[in-house]
Amino acid sequence: MSRTGIVIKRNVRLFFRDKGMFFTSLITPAILLVLYATFLAGVYRDSFTAALPPALQLPEDLVDGLVGGQLISSILAVSCVTVAFCSNFVMVQDKANGTIRDLRISPMRPAVLAVGYYAATLISTLLICFVATGICLLYVAVTGWYLSAADVCLLFLDVLLLTLFGTALSSVVNLFLSTQGQISAVGAVISAGYGFLCGAYMPISSFGDQLQKALSLLPGTYGTSLIRNHALRGALEELRAHGVPEEAVEGIRDSLDCNLAFFGTPVGIPAMYAVLGLATLALVGLYILLHAVKKKTV
Amino acid sequence: MKDIIQIDHLDKRFGDIRAVQDLSFRVRQGELFAFLGVNGAGKSTTINILCGQLPKDGGSVVIDGQDLDRDADAIKRGLGVVFQTSALDAPLTVADNLESRAALYGITGAAYRKRLSELAELLDFGDLLRRTLGRLSGGQRRRIDIARALFHRPKILILDEPTTGLDPQTRRTIWNVIAGLRRSEHMTVFLTTHYMEEAAEADYVVIIDSGRIAARGTPLELKNTYTGDYITLYGASEEEVRSLGRDYETRKGAYRLSVPDTGTATGLILKHPEVFRDYEITKGKMDDVFLAVTGKTLEGGNGK
Repeated sequence: MSRTGIVIKRNVRLFFRDKGMFFTSLITPAILLVLYATFLAGVYRDSFTAALPPALQLPEDLVDGLVGGQLISSILAVSCVTVAFCSNFVMVQDKANGTIRDLRISPMRPAVLAVGYYAATLISTLLICFVATGICLLYVAVTGWYLSAADVCLLFLDVLLLTLFGTALSSVVNLFLSTQGQISAVGAVISAGYGFLCGAYMPISSFGDQLQKALSLLPGTYGTSLIRNHALRGALEELRAHGVPEEAVEGIRDSLDCNLAFFGTPVGIPAMYAVLGLATLALVGLYILLHAVKKKTV
Repeated sequence: MKDIIQIDHLDKRFGDIRAVQDLSFRVRQGELFAFLGVNGAGKSTTINILCGQLPKDGGSVVIDGQDLDRDADAIKRGLGVVFQTSALDAPLTVADNLESRAALYGITGAAYRKRLSELAELLDFGDLLRRTLGRLSGGQRRRIDIARALFHRPKILILDEPTTGLDPQTRRTIWNVIAGLRRSEHMTVFLTTHYMEEAAEADYVVIIDSGRIAARGTPLELKNTYTGDYITLYGASEEEVRSLGRDYETRKGAYRLSVPDTGTATGLILKHPEVFRDYEITKGKMDDVFLAVTGKTLEGGNGK
């Protein structure tokens, strides 16, 4: 195995060996799952049925499929970023407990260290998020399955992209942290705040105009929308097949953030991929730049 | 012997605090060099600069003919460092730790396994390889720290208080290994310690105080310069001892007299042979040197 590979292996092992860190990273998805399954699922189900014409009778599992789609898209959109922040704690912990000295006294190039943290965080986060995706798909299969094979593949692609983005974001933020207290504070803020900012806890469409415009500047918003689009596509298609008017379906898509606008201009799926991809590249570039600058100042 | 470490006019500031001031000294290849000072004297700052962890504000550092400003990576390849507190990964096994650190020097695969087995035999930790580092005793963990520092066969081993908190037997084991390495591989050892009996074994000692060199020399030179000799007198009465006209103290059935140097001791013995029937002459200790030079004592030294 190459030296970079061994550094990555070390970081991944450290994350999974630290039970506290591992379980902390699962808290957000677990809380969301419990919250939705016990409380919010009912609220969303009632809100869907209330929005539909009274004469229209929809199969129970179709409504459950819609609610389930919203549930899993929210869980996955938040998890890709919050789990990445937890996984990337290895970078901060190395500074907090002094291990970084032992790594830096070697002649290893700083880029290897930077790649080691990024790749390890990506691998750990992907492992957890892909398992979470599998569990979410199982949940939908039980409640109401309307996904095609293409939807499932795209869902995994969305998770991969959002994980790349979350890993890059956490890498940039965590580069400035150096104590356990800072780790905990950032973890708490991200777990509580990111879900709101990306529209996972509450759809952005439910916010005021100015806030919607402000949130449309954040790349994570488009990641949530991508997952929503693919998780709900089948169920929404089924609504049309059951005679629900196009306007009503579009209304539901608007209310669930499947349709997003950037200062009044609609943002299509390819543009969402482009925004997320470019934001990830920009963050990775910034991370590499910051790493190099920080090394020079040491 | 050539100078393997050459430090000239080294300066380092932290804001208004001058941590290291105009520090200049040499370390010869193969010697055991002791770098002493109380906490905050500037030892760690100097070591961090040597290891390329901290930028210096002035002066030059040349290690094994390479300038730190130009060849930091080459210098790092020749340094092995045992930190004051272990900087390895407590949650991982010993083997995982050493594998990841060996990889930092490009030692992987068969080369890694070969070196691992050599060091496991040398430091006797073959049975610990699958154990989690965090569950090892202090002495076992220290042996792994030393193995990590030696993995890439460094020319210079920097030991930053390597035996603090260890039991005497483990300290002896560690020093035996280091002595063996110095003999077999002509390794230079740069030591900071709070144990003065360890410093007394050094080939050369530099004592720093408030970032400046306060004294330097071999342990013998330092003892001769900064302390006197002691004559411990057995079998004499207190009246006889008092008649010598020297300061003395009572020590478990014996009396200890302070004299400025060995010549004075010899003169005294020749002048009063009837009193000196059973006696021994000892040099002052490194603790006395340190106290005389800095006016301070090192915590964790002989007394502990």
